[in-house]
Amino acid sequence: MNNSIIEIKSLRKDYHVGEVTVHALRGVDLKIHEGEFVAIMGASGSGKSTMLNILGCLDKPTYGDYLLDGVNVNTMNNDALARFRNKKLGFVFQSYNLLARTTALENVELPLFYNPNVRSRERKESALRALEAVGLSDRMHHMPNQLSGGQQQRVAIARSLVNDPVLILADEPTGNLDTRTSFEIMELFQDLNDKGRTIVYVTHETDIARFATRNVTFRDGKIQRESNVSERLDAREILKTMPVEAIEEFD
Amino acid sequence: MNYTNLFRIAIRALIRNKLRAFLTMLGIIIGVASVIAMLAIGEGSKQKIRGQISSMGTNMVMVMPNMQRRGGVSLGSSSSMVLKYSDVQSLRNEATALSAVSPEVMASGQVIYSNQNTQTTIYGVSEEYLEIKKLEVLSGRFFNTNEIKDMSKVCILGQTVVTNLFGAGADPVGLSIRIKNLPFLIIGVLKDKGESGMGQDQDDLILAPYTTVQRRLAAIDYINGIFASAVSEEKSPTAIAEVEEILRRTHKLKESAENDFRVMSQTELLKTVTSITDIMTYLLGAIAGISLLVGGIGIMNIMFVSVTERTREIGLRMSIGGRGKDIMKQFLAESIILSILGGIMGVLFGYLLARLAGSLMTSHAIVKTQSVVLAFIVCFIIGVFFGWYPARKAANLNPIDALRYE
Repeated sequence: MNNSIIEIKSLRKDYHVGEVTVHALRGVDLKIHEGEFVAIMGASGSGKSTMLNILGCLDKPTYGDYLLDGVNVNTMNNDALARFRNKKLGFVFQSYNLLARTTALENVELPLFYNPNVRSRERKESALRALEAVGLSDRMHHMPNQLSGGQQQRVAIARSLVNDPVLILADEPTGNLDTRTSFEIMELFQDLNDKGRTIVYVTHETDIARFATRNVTFRDGKIQRESNVSERLDAREILKTMPVEAIEEFD
Repeated sequence: MNYTNLFRIAIRALIRNKLRAFLTMLGIIIGVASVIAMLAIGEGSKQKIRGQISSMGTNMVMVMPNMQRRGGVSLGSSSSMVLKYSDVQSLRNEATALSAVSPEVMASGQVIYSNQNTQTTIYGVSEEYLEIKKLEVLSGRFFNTNEIKDMSKVCILGQTVVTNLFGAGADPVGLSIRIKNLPFLIIGVLKDKGESGMGQDQDDLILAPYTTVQRRLAAIDYINGIFASAVSEEKSPTAIAEVEEILRRTHKLKESAENDFRVMSQTELLKTVTSITDIMTYLLGAIAGISLLVGGIGIMNIMFVSVTERTREIGLRMSIGGRGKDIMKQFLAESIILSILGGIMGVLFGYLLARLAGSLMTSHAIVKTQSVVLAFIVCFIIGVFFGWYPARKAANLNPIDALRYE
């Protein structure tokens, strides 16, 4: 449990907008260990999105070091970063970002297409396993528009799992979903975390953040507060107490 | 990313937009189809004309008197009387590249049978003429050496003359007609040959011994031309050189003097006509090629729209591990697949179009393998060329911005 997946030291990120320099991150130190379930919080403009982009290796810090799984990301060029993302990371987005008119299975397979070492049969098997893990193996031939929002997000989570990443990054994963479905997604995340997945997600809802084991709050480009969640919520228990509404089903 | 994966990704992306993919291909389909059809029609008419010219005779070599000028005034080629029967004899004896030689003496005039009459040309020739001109006797026989020697009043009719005097399909062998008021015995009828490449009726003629035409009808001592066959097509140039050398000698021309005759070969004629039809074909092909270019620009257009529309998809692909070059290859592959598929359909469509045009024009349209191969190469180049810029635009997107694109 003490293996650190993320190690960030005095990290800064500046943007140049015209002649103005925006200091998006002003010295961040953060360590996230294997098996942790971290919620990043903060108001808009606090730097949490910039943080997530850097964590996701989509952007590079201006100063400071970022070690992901023991590798310093700063030294890599764009192609190497792409390879690194493909092997180490899984992404979940607020708006799912599934390919339209493409079956759930094919959507989940997508990251493996960019890994030249994965053969076609392996790819399919991994995708099926990932869909099974999110409980959607019976929907594998459905197109995104035949799935509910919650189901689409599950497909997206399956896609983030398919390459067996060291870290799953989720950007407001419940932002487009109703309360019950949000809890279902958090239930899935908690399940995955129990099985040892390291997950980092961004949210601005405090109750969604309480499903994590640790909260990191950003303000003005710095970490304002870092705390272990004292009364952690269990999504499964909460769902049991919630009245079962007519669950939307698409077939 | 290996190429099978690349191909799969591109195909899946295209299948997601079937209608648009088809509409994009339409430009290429029409372009390729018109190029294929135009080249096929060009090739077809070329071969038709070729066939007509070669049906005129067997590796024919023609000798005509050269137009002579006196005081700057042209006297016309028929006015010169330089060719004699002795020239025919010299060619027969000395030219090794010639297999058959015949004189030709022309007379034209009215031909009468009972109450029917017609105007036609009477050619005075020798027996070799049949072989040289690829003529066949349908019924009766051709005249023989004795009849030439005796200046016999015998003749062989072409089908048009038979039709004009006796009605279509009649067999007038054994009957007598009057040519310029002299009675001639019909000893044979020629098989019909149809129009020549120049639209001339090759059946509107009467053949008779050259001696008869020379003395009895035209009353001249020269001949109008010499027709000969080279031993083979390849020997045609040799034959021409030989004929020139022999005739210059027998005509006793000085070193500085111009030829007083002209030698032409069927092969040369063929070359001239072929080069004209080739130019026509390339012209048609070039015009059709413009539509192919427009089709290519259509592909570029749609690829640009596609890149913009799929910005988020590109962002996603980049975030899950697609490198810039992977994205670039995917879009290039899409445009190449579009243009090659369009090329295949275009070739099929063009083939049908060529068949249709061929049946309307009563000449065959011939689709050559080269033009099909060329079409595919051009399509591939179009795919790469017009796909390049949009693909580069996609590859240079920033994944963060692309993911946020609305």
